[in-house]
Amino acid sequence: MTLAEVQKGQKFIISDISDDNIRVQALRFGISEDAGLFCEEKIPGGPVIIKRQYQEIAIGRNLAKNIKVELSQ
Amino acid sequence: MECCDISHQIDIPSGSQKIVLAGNPNVGKSIFFNKFTGIYVAVSNYPGTTLDISSGMFNPENKDNDYVVLDTPGVYGVSSFNDEEAVARDVILAADAVVNIVDAVHLERDLFLTQQIIDMGIPVIVALNMMDEAERNGLKIDIDELSSELGVPVITTTAIKGEGLEEVKNSVDKSKVGNTIFNSDFLKEELDSLAEKINSRAEALLIMEGDPNVAEKNNRQALPHREKIYKKRRHRINNIIDSVISENGENSSLGSKIGHLMLKPLTGIPMLLATLYLLYELVGVFVAQTVVGITEETFFLEIYEPFIRGIVTPIIPIESFFGQLFVGEFGLFTMTVTYTFGLLLPLVAGFYFFLAILEDSGYMPRIAALVDRLLTSIGLNGRAIIPMLLGFGCVTMATITTRLLGSKRERIIATFLLGLAIPCSAQLGVIAGLIAPLGFEYFAIYVLTIFVVYVLAGTILNKVLPGKSTDLLIDIPPLRMPRLSNVLQKTYMKSKSFIKEAGPIFAIGALIITVMQETGMLTAIQNSLIPLTVGWLQLPKETATVFIMGIIRRDFGAAGLNSLSLTAIQTTVSLVVITLFVPCIAAMMTMFRERNWKEALFIWFGSWFTAFGVGGILAYLL
Ligand SMILES: Nc1nc2c(ncn2[C@@H]2O[C@H](COP(=O)(O)OP(=O)(O)OP(=O)(O)O)[C@@H](O)[C@H]2O)c(=O)[nH]1
Ligand SMILES: [Mg+2]
Repeated sequence: MTLAEVQKGQKFIISDISDDNIRVQALRFGISEDAGLFCEEKIPGGPVIIKRQYQEIAIGRNLAKNIKVELSQ
Repeated sequence: MECCDISHQIDIPSGSQKIVLAGNPNVGKSIFFNKFTGIYVAVSNYPGTTLDISSGMFNPENKDNDYVVLDTPGVYGVSSFNDEEAVARDVILAADAVVNIVDAVHLERDLFLTQQIIDMGIPVIVALNMMDEAERNGLKIDIDELSSELGVPVITTTAIKGEGLEEVKNSVDKSKVGNTIFNSDFLKEELDSLAEKINSRAEALLIMEGDPNVAEKNNRQALPHREKIYKKRRHRINNIIDSVISENGENSSLGSKIGHLMLKPLTGIPMLLATLYLLYELVGVFVAQTVVGITEETFFLEIYEPFIRGIVTPIIPIESFFGQLFVGEFGLFTMTVTYTFGLLLPLVAGFYFFLAILEDSGYMPRIAALVDRLLTSIGLNGRAIIPMLLGFGCVTMATITTRLLGSKRERIIATFLLGLAIPCSAQLGVIAGLIAPLGFEYFAIYVLTIFVVYVLAGTILNKVLPGKSTDLLIDIPPLRMPRLSNVLQKTYMKSKSFIKEAGPIFAIGALIITVMQETGMLTAIQNSLIPLTVGWLQLPKETATVFIMGIIRRDFGAAGLNSLSLTAIQTTVSLVVITLFVPCIAAMMTMFRERNWKEALFIWFGSWFTAFGVGGILAYLL
């Protein structure tokens, strides 16, 4: 499934980011393929807000559609 | 921009040590800079706003060395994803030592940059800042362990309370080359040999990480190891964090609750509307009416202009060409000065003040996330909210800020929409004054027309322009109480640079208009417009003059309508045309400078065509 399909409150890990630049930028924010993430908020039709520890990041919906995730638990 | 050499931009005494302050956005670098140098610079909270490189002399206690300290824009890493990063990269490459400011609450994010600078082989000292927030969140960090893992000194600080700043200042010579991620199993030989060849370990690392600018500077091919290195670095930092953080509290502060409410549409939209209403009350009512009433009317028009005319006219008769040029209706010393300082400066400062509060509090990125959806439908992303908001202050100022957008196509769309459908504050007052007496129906028609044109133009441009707009990917910082001193400093810095950038443009604009008027060109253009205004827009022929006047100053145009006796429909049509038709001459010139001449011409003619097209359709429909 993609990040755009994750529901608010779900925990997940990212399995694949197709865009090279975005993947690298995500690594800098602390989002690597094994990092446990949490969907903090989904703005309807808009960005997905993900959280890891105290770090929150807003990811535009189109971008979220190109990020593959796996739900944890 | 020239790559990798900052010596052209800043004057650095030879023989002095360059101490560079580096860190992620909003970690407190500018507070350290102020403390180190005593020189004021902008302090902000929106990711990456200190785009100028600030530098200053600094003398720690008991040290004979001369030090120069340099501030950098906040970045998440050293590379070239955007202007901020390119600037920070070049300053860091020039560093003799780096003071790396780290936000203790965001170690996972911040240590990436720390490790990268360590990998560059530059001596580093870490200031672990925001210790107050870390404590409040119940975060326990083993400082000695962190220091030995990184291999560099770590000093804890709480910059806003001044705690630890002195210690950092007096420890810059204790900075160390830390532990790198490179070893005999991981690219070490390759890095070492490249470093030897180009005689710079730091640049060698960036070439290995595929930085095209640094590679080009060294006449080399960028190498494809970026992802491998980044992954390794990320892995290493995660390990360090596991071993230094022993207790992880839960973030349930009031700030984080409010921050969350700002993002949820149900609560976020009313909060945003309330904020915009405050902006309107502050800038639209207080500054535009009360303050400008004093600065423009009382001071510049009643005291300053008669004074300057009194000095100039005995030497240069006012009827002569030069008389007109200097102190005439659109004179350089009269209208230009009054307009720039009496009208625009208060409005622009008001806008920047408000914006600084939004940025410093951390609200701005949340607004960007909230409106992202609306803006993506017109080919922009949430970050474009900044130029769009600023446009209501001054389109010229907003056009300059389109630089922060992620791609050329976004900058074109934003510039076009600003020129086309955003009435600036100079114009808004006059428009409101003209439309209010006509009743709600006409007000609604006006607003709706402009809004529809805005959305349609954006949608069409988004469809026809080649390429792809960038997506939103932003850090949402914690909410903080903005500090008045920071907000004022920033307002001052930005207003000053606006006057420096836009002042000359207004002057040239006034000059062109005077020449056009003196040579009779203005009248010729006005006459040539008459068929259009009378035939197509069904307006009296004098409105042509009003439209042209609008190019000089947007408020002139609208104000000119007062003197004509128009029906309600005619007033509405003219106001729509004036809003759409005329970016003022300064805005037109800024477009020309920010974009190339082809795009600028496309934007000018595009908005003229749209203005008259829409005006005509409206006249026909009503
Ligand atoms: N609670 C707390 N806030 C701090 C501390 N240090 C800085 N701040 C706040 O953090 C915000 C950012 O500070 P700046 O000095 O502008 O940070 P910067 O790193 O220069 O920011 P950019 O230049 O935009 O990257 C301001 O609102 C400061 O008041 C600290 O130790 N504790
Ligand atoms: Mg700063």
